[in-house]
Amino acid sequence: MSTPTVMGLLGAALSAIGIYGLMVGRDALARLLAFNLLGGGVFLVFGVVARRGAGAGFGADPVPQALVITGIVVAFSATALAVALLRRLAELREKARAPRPAPEGEA
Amino acid sequence: MSLLLDAPLALVAIAVAIRAVAGGDAFARVAAFMAYGLVLGFIWVRLAAPDVALTEIAVGGGITGLVLLQAAGDARFSRERGVGLLYHVCAAILALGVFAALAAVVLLLPEPAPSLAPQVATNLPATDLGNPVTGVLIVFRALDTLLETVVLLVALIGVWSLSPDPLWRGRPAPLWPAPPSGALDFLARVVVPVGVLVGIYLFWAGADVPGGAFQGGAVLAAMALLAIMAGLMPAPALGGRRLRLALLAGPFAFLGVGIAGWFVADAFLDYPDGITKPLIIAVEVAITASIAVALALLVLGPPAGRKA
Repeated sequence: MSTPTVMGLLGAALSAIGIYGLMVGRDALARLLAFNLLGGGVFLVFGVVARRGAGAGFGADPVPQALVITGIVVAFSATALAVALLRRLAELREKARAPRPAPEGEA
Repeated sequence: MSLLLDAPLALVAIAVAIRAVAGGDAFARVAAFMAYGLVLGFIWVRLAAPDVALTEIAVGGGITGLVLLQAAGDARFSRERGVGLLYHVCAAILALGVFAALAAVVLLLPEPAPSLAPQVATNLPATDLGNPVTGVLIVFRALDTLLETVVLLVALIGVWSLSPDPLWRGRPAPLWPAPPSGALDFLARVVVPVGVLVGIYLFWAGADVPGGAFQGGAVLAAMALLAIMAGLMPAPALGGRRLRLALLAGPFAFLGVGIAGWFVADAFLDYPDGITKPLIIAVEVAITASIAVALALLVLGPPAGRKA
């Protein structure tokens, strides 16, 4: 089997692991990790398309490569935002559980 | 012969992926995920895509791993949720279906493969760039890259907006609760100067060889974070004017050059002949600075107090 085929099948397998983890993840961290695994798998399938499009002196088609670089950075932004949201959620949950010090203000 | 190299890489990737989603210690799971980023980097090299490999290792594994490591240190995250056996079976069937569909797509890809490589090769000389991926990012698909720098900014505003109003212009909480040790201090003093040089080199060399604004920016961001973690410099106050200017420089320089393209060249985001290369470098300097600052601030998180 050629390198693109092996890596394409790997991308498919990693995507499947990501989807399974995303659905059955026991805590938020597990689902966040699975989301990123899924991203890595999808990007890899895209990388196989790029490799197969090698030509004109380039080892791989540069257009899908550029799109994957964009995708990796966007996936990071989404992950950072998700972590911040989850931390805020945990904070609010803690606050709701703590006894209220004064009767003023309704959450 | 190639299978001898590819099969172990693929197996290691699957093993660390399974370790990352399997239960157990949160730190071990995030460490497995960071290893996953590293292995994917090697695989990208096998796919003749060194630019993507650098990005995957620096951003996908490194900085994303750092954000997740913080989450792993937060005990409040581990609110466990149990799901039934039937749900597990359904999820497994869905995952297998996705695998089968993607595998079929990979095995049945059209022959000969469609490619935009010839068009890039034809038009690359006009940009004075030697690295085709940088050419696509900064020139041919400049709109994607412009919007991506905006996405970083929007995500950062999203993170900041999670802090209560009175803290809005304050400093982020320390990345690590423990005071920095002597070893960390020493590491930062030795690594940061070299790392800053590597980051600038990656950005500068990206015009002709693998590298570029995202890879260089990610290394620079990592160096700033290391210096902050070691206590060599304080976390920045998020209301600072210089900080906000650095954040806005990239998108606005890009947008400015883009709009100027309507008047002095043929279209939005078109570069005029003759000064193409200097303009590209100016845009790249600006977006590298903005990317570095945005990535570091996304890791540092929302302002938590200690007003400037």
